[in-house]
Amino acid sequence: MTMDTPKNKVNWHLFHYAAPSTFYPLAGKAIPWLMTLAVVLAAIGLWIGMAVAPSDAQQGDGYRIIYLHVPSSWMAMFIYIVMAFWSVIHLVWKTRLSALMAQALAPTGAWMALMSLVTGALWGKPMWGTWWVWDARLTSMLLLFFLYLGFIALTRSIDDPDRSDQAGSLLAIVGVFNVPVIYFSVYWWNTLHQGASVSSKGSSMAGVMLAAMLLMSLAAWMYSIAMTLRRVRVLILQREASTRWVQELNIL
Amino acid sequence: MGVLSFFASVLERDVLLAWRQRGDVLLGLMFFMLVATLFPLAVGPEPNGLLRIGPGVLWVAALLANLLALPRLFHGDWIDGSLEQLLLAPYPPSMMVAAKFAAHWLVTSLPLALAAPLLAIQYGLPLAQCLMLVASLLVGTPIITALGGIGAALTLGLRQGEVLLALLVLPLLAPVLIFGSGAVGAVAAGQSGMAELSLLAAMACTSVFFAPWLAAKALRLAIE
Amino acid sequence: MLQVQNLAAARGGRVLFSGLSFTLLAGQCLHVQGANGVGKTSLLKMLAGLSPSPVGRVSWQDKSYAEWGDDLGAQLHYLGHRDALKDTLSPLENLLIGARLHGVRLTEHTALQVLQRVGLACHADLPVRQLSQGQKRRATLARCLALPRPIWIMDEPWVGLDLAGQAELGAWIAAHLNSGGIAILTSHQLLPEQIPSVSILALHAPNAATAVPEAAWAC
Repeated sequence: MTMDTPKNKVNWHLFHYAAPSTFYPLAGKAIPWLMTLAVVLAAIGLWIGMAVAPSDAQQGDGYRIIYLHVPSSWMAMFIYIVMAFWSVIHLVWKTRLSALMAQALAPTGAWMALMSLVTGALWGKPMWGTWWVWDARLTSMLLLFFLYLGFIALTRSIDDPDRSDQAGSLLAIVGVFNVPVIYFSVYWWNTLHQGASVSSKGSSMAGVMLAAMLLMSLAAWMYSIAMTLRRVRVLILQREASTRWVQELNIL
Repeated sequence: MGVLSFFASVLERDVLLAWRQRGDVLLGLMFFMLVATLFPLAVGPEPNGLLRIGPGVLWVAALLANLLALPRLFHGDWIDGSLEQLLLAPYPPSMMVAAKFAAHWLVTSLPLALAAPLLAIQYGLPLAQCLMLVASLLVGTPIITALGGIGAALTLGLRQGEVLLALLVLPLLAPVLIFGSGAVGAVAAGQSGMAELSLLAAMACTSVFFAPWLAAKALRLAIE
Repeated sequence: MLQVQNLAAARGGRVLFSGLSFTLLAGQCLHVQGANGVGKTSLLKMLAGLSPSPVGRVSWQDKSYAEWGDDLGAQLHYLGHRDALKDTLSPLENLLIGARLHGVRLTEHTALQVLQRVGLACHADLPVRQLSQGQKRRATLARCLALPRPIWIMDEPWVGLDLAGQAELGAWIAAHLNSGGIAILTSHQLLPEQIPSVSILALHAPNAATAVPEAAWAC
């Protein structure tokens, strides 16, 4: 590949990569800022949540895990939608970067879903006396977790990058239309079987709690964006390893 | 020759091919019956217990039997090069995929749905529940074919494609299982079960409408 | 007239060829040559409209492939490495069904005549799985003879055929070209001499694609 004629090089760049060579350093500059922001926001959020906010009347201090549980659940759901958004962009405009964005988002989404499940279980033990309850929210989160794993497994098991990108995009789009159906059906199923659906919205939330929750959510946002950009950078390097601008980076 | 005639040709071809290898259909049926037989062995033969878990178990068994047959949808045509010829036919590829879905449903899902009452009797389900089981299978299995067909096209020719297919498709099929077994459960509880059935039907219409188009896109990726 | 402008292909993120341009007129044959893995099959699949070309443009009769859409399939025959026959069906059934899927209803009489031309008259009713490799290839070629299409795209069509079969295929391709069709073939051997106006396209690894300039290219 190093023997490319100039003409080939121009061609290749024009049609296959929108501009990863400009995106790569830009993302690199943004990551430290985002990470710092995430750490600061999380620190303030945790401080307010753990120290400032009062104990819950019914649940004591056990409820404080919601400062992790709720933001990660929100992120897990939101990231899937963002993934589908990039997938649509990829299929319509054939831009490679958007497919890479979707693939970079998936592990963070899966991680958030797993966090939500684990914190849910930790919350459930003191609350309901059991680690796992077939509660509608937990069950649909579990299914969402499997959707993420399926997406990751599919894109990783296809060797050809073009096919991998497009297959992943198709799957994400099918998935995003199914997620509401899954949620709806799981809620239906849950009310039908009168499961232990304990609502976390029973008590009205104090302003301090809300502030802590919002700060933690913002921190989760920043963290997710930073991790995604980081993963996109790695994916770009993998895909573009043979191009001149990557070789000029001297990092391989 | 119009598009409908093309649809009919593909359907006829696939049914003929399935007829030449009709043993495959029997394999699926045997799997269905075996899985359904395993549950009483595992949980014990008390009639009341079986009656309670019957609708769910039979739906899960039918789902798995359908899932087992999904890789067959495109694999044969892919391996011998016929898929390229099918895609080269001067008609919309989504029509070809739709016809293949229809044929697949006729030769795999329909026999399973029709065999279900036999197993329902073994579980001691009363007639009303038997009928609802067949009805829910008839309405629900097209969704399995449609969504599963997208998965089968996406995983065509991959290492471990069949396991991957299950991983991709099963979470998407959770609503089908919920409403399908829910419909039978509702009948058992003395309701009509029509709400679940209508929801299944709505899902079937949507997925059957969109899936062939998406699966055709995925198939194009697989042959490049 | 088949016009290819600035075509490129990549596999696994690696460029196979790029900047490929040529024109084929009625009656011309293009012999694509090159070592394994230089992208001959990729090129043929693109020319058959099976895989989209990321850049460049392929047009047939001054209409680009995108404009042809689904109708393109009625303009060409594509013969891949695999025979595209169903094992459990007979050559006759394969031919009849294959034709129907392409929108043509053959009578059994016509189909049998074609099978006779390819030398499968006595095997017309046997399941394909009982045929030899060469006979399967003949059964596949029957489809090309039965449905007249102006473009023939064939990937290694001589593989598996006996000497007589190779000569016959040469004659069929020659007849196709003489009646105004065009053919694009890959083959590791020299094409039979009876095929008229053959141009050679040599693909080279890794990236450079060069068309041997011939008078026929100009259009």
